[in-house]
Amino acid sequence: MSQEAETHTGRRHFLIGAGVVAGGLVAGSLLRPYLTGGRNASAPKEFKPHAFVRISSDDSVTVIIGKSEMGQGIYTGLPMILAEELDFDPQRLKVEFAPVDPVFNHPFLPAQFTGGSMSTMTTYNSLRQVGATARAMLVTAAAARWEVDPGTLRTENGQVIDARGRKLSYGDLVEAASLLPVPAKENVPLKDRKDFRYIGKPQQRLDGRIKVTGGAIFGIDVNLPDMLTAVVARPGVFGATVRSFDATQAKAVPGVVDVKQVPSGIAVIANHTWAALKGREALQIEWDDAAGRNESTETLRKQWQALAAKPGLVGKNEGDVRRVLAASAKRLDVEYELPYLAHACMEPMNGVAHVTAEGCELWLPTQGQSQDAQLVAAALGIDPANVKVHTTFLGGGFGRRASGNSDFAVEAAQVANGVGRPVKVVWTREDDMRGGMYRPFSISRVRAAIGADGLPAAYHHTHVGKPVLANTAFGKSMGKDTVDPSSIEGAADMPYYIPNLRVEVHNTTERVTNLWWRSVGHSINGFVVNGVLDELAELAGRDPYEYRRALLAGKPRHLAVLDAAAELAGWGKPLPAGHHRGIALQESFNSIVAQVAEVSVNGSEVRVHRVSCAVDCGLAINPDQVVAQMESGIIYGLSAALVGEITIRDGAAVQGNFDDYPVLRQAATPVIDVRIVPSDGPIGGIGEPGTPPIAPAVCGAVYAATGNRIRRLPLSASLAPQRAAAPVSR
Amino acid sequence: MISLKVNGVERQVDADPDMPLLWALRDLLKLTGTKYGCGIAQCGACTVHLDGQPIRSCVTPISAVGTAEIRTIEGLSGDAATHPVQRAWLELDVVQCGYCQSGQVMAAAALIEQNAAPTDADIDAAMNGNICRCGTYPRIRAAVKRAAELKRGGESA
Repeated sequence: MSQEAETHTGRRHFLIGAGVVAGGLVAGSLLRPYLTGGRNASAPKEFKPHAFVRISSDDSVTVIIGKSEMGQGIYTGLPMILAEELDFDPQRLKVEFAPVDPVFNHPFLPAQFTGGSMSTMTTYNSLRQVGATARAMLVTAAAARWEVDPGTLRTENGQVIDARGRKLSYGDLVEAASLLPVPAKENVPLKDRKDFRYIGKPQQRLDGRIKVTGGAIFGIDVNLPDMLTAVVARPGVFGATVRSFDATQAKAVPGVVDVKQVPSGIAVIANHTWAALKGREALQIEWDDAAGRNESTETLRKQWQALAAKPGLVGKNEGDVRRVLAASAKRLDVEYELPYLAHACMEPMNGVAHVTAEGCELWLPTQGQSQDAQLVAAALGIDPANVKVHTTFLGGGFGRRASGNSDFAVEAAQVANGVGRPVKVVWTREDDMRGGMYRPFSISRVRAAIGADGLPAAYHHTHVGKPVLANTAFGKSMGKDTVDPSSIEGAADMPYYIPNLRVEVHNTTERVTNLWWRSVGHSINGFVVNGVLDELAELAGRDPYEYRRALLAGKPRHLAVLDAAAELAGWGKPLPAGHHRGIALQESFNSIVAQVAEVSVNGSEVRVHRVSCAVDCGLAINPDQVVAQMESGIIYGLSAALVGEITIRDGAAVQGNFDDYPVLRQAATPVIDVRIVPSDGPIGGIGEPGTPPIAPAVCGAVYAATGNRIRRLPLSASLAPQRAAAPVSR
Repeated sequence: MISLKVNGVERQVDADPDMPLLWALRDLLKLTGTKYGCGIAQCGACTVHLDGQPIRSCVTPISAVGTAEIRTIEGLSGDAATHPVQRAWLELDVVQCGYCQSGQVMAAAALIEQNAAPTDADIDAAMNGNICRCGTYPRIRAAVKRAAELKRGGESA
């Protein structure tokens, strides 16, 4: 079975595969648009056997990737896969971001999209096939030149070599190869894993050099001739609209070119950013925001606590939790709470648009370029075929740059519409942080019990929060009474065996906008499930690591990962005075990750000294980048666990910048050890799975240190005096 | 017109004296390697050198620069990436999304200029103002030490 097919029919791992969207398998057509290009007279000549690759007579090989690089290393990893089969040193590759073209569509949806940690697993086979096909054609061309049997030839780093040691570079062969018919897939064998030269060995990032010299172009760096820069005055209160505005003073600011109303607010268009910002300060705006002002975290919390006590939509039901809970002597009834979180990408949202009579051209740091093109076309009332998107580097993504309404792209087009010149719309940090699209604020009530053997007998989980997919393209087919797969993922499909398992959902409808945030439901439910397991282990008088081992019996991959993390951390061995450990394991995006956190607590201050992490992601294409993504996921998750919180007051976000929305910094960074567990499993994702286990691992350690069971994040809120969460009853 | 000496070259900008150096560099001089991240000196993405000292260009008005020499990421070694910090960064594959890295590299370059063998505590103190949301901090810590070593002439180790 092919990797794509495995992935596509996988039991449960994908939101998109879970029945929300009818998954037409576009992957079958991935090899469709073979283009026999390269016959034009202009030099250098090119062999373009597929939209994914271009081989030039100057010996350069360019891989065109349909995925966005936001730090996760796809700019290196995907070309490596193609280069493996092509037999070409990946360090010599050139890489380009693809235009919007269906050939680059995600196999699960009719769109070009980077998310869900799926880029490698969904393109692995097709990239190999393209690389192998190009290689086969080059070999055939060389065989014809030498008049030898192609079977006697081999390839190595961009050269075809015959039995006598003669060599032809790929560049020498592009003209002849481009005239050949494309061989059928069946006639192009792929390498055996054991013959891989590049895959599975650390490969330096191909975007390293341009990123240490300031040369990488992010969306915010795009400079076009005659370009203007705009900022938009946006409402603070969610759902508010402009009642009236006066731009007289704003227009008087030197450098301000125009002021106009757009659906998101009032745009100030200027010669440069500073003038736009000064112009925005000078605007007089009256907002119609009364309806949204009564929304706050405090009021939502009360409503949701009440909801959590009521029956919800059933997302999973195995066995009979009610009967078992009623009959159990040892049980708990607890409430977990997780805050709204901003993605806080280092590059704030932005977009460049140029609207002309012919259409609209955009330069975007985006995770979803084809949706952007469609929604821009709809907003401007033009044909999507006349919208052209250039994808830039992304200064972080974490899900934010795949918003369901393409907010930053559509807004750029609306601001630029009618201007006649390219316009760059820059969001300030405050615009970005107060602009919503947060990880949902959620309350999860869990009633659970252990049996006579001490193991969990029943687990009844009620999740309250705004469904994430409802705010994306996937939500269009979902009604208000649909169980959003992302609300229950990580709980309903937990790898731990519990015979009676029920997960219910209450879909909330607050004005605050939500979006997927690195690891989506797993960062929420992974915290709840692992936290409750720790509590049940305590009820049973068992060690949290040993308890998890018992619940993962019969799952050798999970056990290997759990054991590796425990071994790496020296679980059970003595620690410095005041240091304590916690452990958690979460399976997400087809990868299994376990982490042990070593922590000390001084009053309300939590210090994480060391994190030991083990991961099984199937085949690790570029192992050092797998390690990097584990480090990244851990640090992202630590910011959230320790201090991350967006609170809503009077209908608006309180936090607006890194002074009141703190994130982890160098001095608080723990030592991180990562072990990649060898695996024959299918390729898993790597961008997100490092995030979910860290919060519960840290909280397990905090409990060991203080006896304070953490059921609410961030820790800064939980450990603050008089705010500690208490069990509902016990 | 205000005169700024940027990467060894005298440049003229037509701007209000209160314009932060960040926007003059990015929007007027088209030196986009220096990044906007917060605008309030909280994240360090805009770090450049002023007479060798790391400063936050987002809160430094161009009127305050005077005759001081400004060095941006573009002026460290051009595209060559031959500065010890850049070499160490590449050796340890520090970058991820890369957006904060101009600021990180400039902060680290200033540090090893002033401290030939920075300790963990020195690195914490010098680099704590530079936020990275990708979490490249562990590699930055190692790379700063490696960069100092390269600068001292220790090629191997």
